[in-house]
Amino acid sequence: MAANDIVAIGDLHPNRDYQAFLDQGRFMLMRDRTTGEPFFYPRIMAPVTGSRDLEWFEPSGRGTVYAVTIVHRRPPTPNHNVVLVDLAEGPRLMSRVEGLTPEDVKIGMAVQARVAQVDGKGVLLFDPAPAEERAA
Amino acid sequence: MNDFIRGKTAIVGAATFGIGEAPGYETIDLAARASIDALDQAGIALKDVDGLFLALPDDMLSGLSFAEYLGLRPKLTDNNRTGGSAFQTYVYHAALALAAGEIDTALIAYGSNQRTKAGKLMTPAQQFTWEDPYQPILPASSYALAASRHMHEFGTTREQLAEVAVSARGWANLNPDAFAKGPLTIDDCLSSRMVSTPLTVRDCCLVTDGAAAIVMTRADRARDLVAKPAYVLGAAAATWNRNISAMADLTVTAALESGQRAYAQAKLGPQDVDVVELYDAFTINTILFLEDLGFCPKGEGGRFVSGGAIAPGGSLPVNTNGGGLSCVHPGMYGLFTIVESVAQITGTAGARQIPDVDVAIAHGNGGTLSSQATVILGSGATV
Repeated sequence: MAANDIVAIGDLHPNRDYQAFLDQGRFMLMRDRTTGEPFFYPRIMAPVTGSRDLEWFEPSGRGTVYAVTIVHRRPPTPNHNVVLVDLAEGPRLMSRVEGLTPEDVKIGMAVQARVAQVDGKGVLLFDPAPAEERAA
Repeated sequence: MNDFIRGKTAIVGAATFGIGEAPGYETIDLAARASIDALDQAGIALKDVDGLFLALPDDMLSGLSFAEYLGLRPKLTDNNRTGGSAFQTYVYHAALALAAGEIDTALIAYGSNQRTKAGKLMTPAQQFTWEDPYQPILPASSYALAASRHMHEFGTTREQLAEVAVSARGWANLNPDAFAKGPLTIDDCLSSRMVSTPLTVRDCCLVTDGAAAIVMTRADRARDLVAKPAYVLGAAAATWNRNISAMADLTVTAALESGQRAYAQAKLGPQDVDVVELYDAFTINTILFLEDLGFCPKGEGGRFVSGGAIAPGGSLPVNTNGGGLSCVHPGMYGLFTIVESVAQITGTAGARQIPDVDVAIAHGNGGTLSSQATVILGSGATV
């Protein structure tokens, strides 16, 4: 694997390859090499342009909460949040913010990606960003 | 804009069946019963149907099954997958096929027994790989995310969402067919069980059985068949995304595009519309579609619906049958907006009848704010 964390794509299986990265603890995005435009979710071609000149790269993991809902569960199952996060690189995705009570997850909050291992599979989650990044 | 759609076709029969609970029926039985009733209204024989447009929640090949069930050999069979907006897209496609002379009689039908058979939303839609791990309650959480964004950007309140549900209930109380009736207050809505913030169970549509059907033909024939055809003045559809996580701006739906195209075909604008029927799967839908279809500026929907403005006696009649929130929601509500529009244009809406309706808009929503499709219908005075 290249030192700059860019993986040129040969025989591409978007969903399987993305999950394999997560299972290794790595969050990887796909981008169009001709335009540099990143996109989510991974596809066999770039949306809109149809470009097949693609590569995986490791994003900063920084993001901002775009929308949030708290899913109410029957007790004793705790309620949980579901968020849409706008990544610093542009794409938006669904996830969950951990480390806060659901009511404290707010739109506009700075968050940082983390890959957790749940039942042997990698899952992309977010934590509140460290204070110095929130100030930046 | 071409004149290929405007006034060329009309709806000459529109019926519902089994609204609420219809135990013991298969989905296809319900769709067939509504279809026969709609054909009877038009005085058209079943065998004259040559264009068939159907959706059932439990049969991927439902169009084929329905042709067989009815004993028809249609020239055109459609079984599209644009969710609850399928029926508006059917009107669009049927209008084109009729106007082109490819078919002479279109039957558009739907039936669902989800309440008595499943007790919950019955849908062949798949979970989305990229959302599933986070356990949203679909579709409610998707609409809840849109509501959260609308509240954040425009100051929309839970009370304003509740106003939509209370208004729908007011209309349902005038409709003998409506499933959910009785008093409902803003406080009732606010204190009811939370599903996915900010949406409570009162912000969510009903889970009912129900079927509906409409019959379309060319305008010249329509005038010979019935006293008051409901003319198709505009019909357009737009799809911008499937999943809520892929929606560019959660406060702007593709209804903006479908509405503009339908208005252009009809040569009308929102100021010309007498009655508004919107797919209200959730209270936020009504607010979003009132904005996107031009009845108020973007962001103003919450304030627009306040103070009973869309309730009986308000300034704009919206969802006059009680909507998906209080009349009927068998899983794909879109066709019921069209049936209610026809009832208002033909003057058969009983206690909820709006006087002198010449123009009605019937807007369908499919997926999670995904496919949007708009039909504008008019009385004989508009053509």
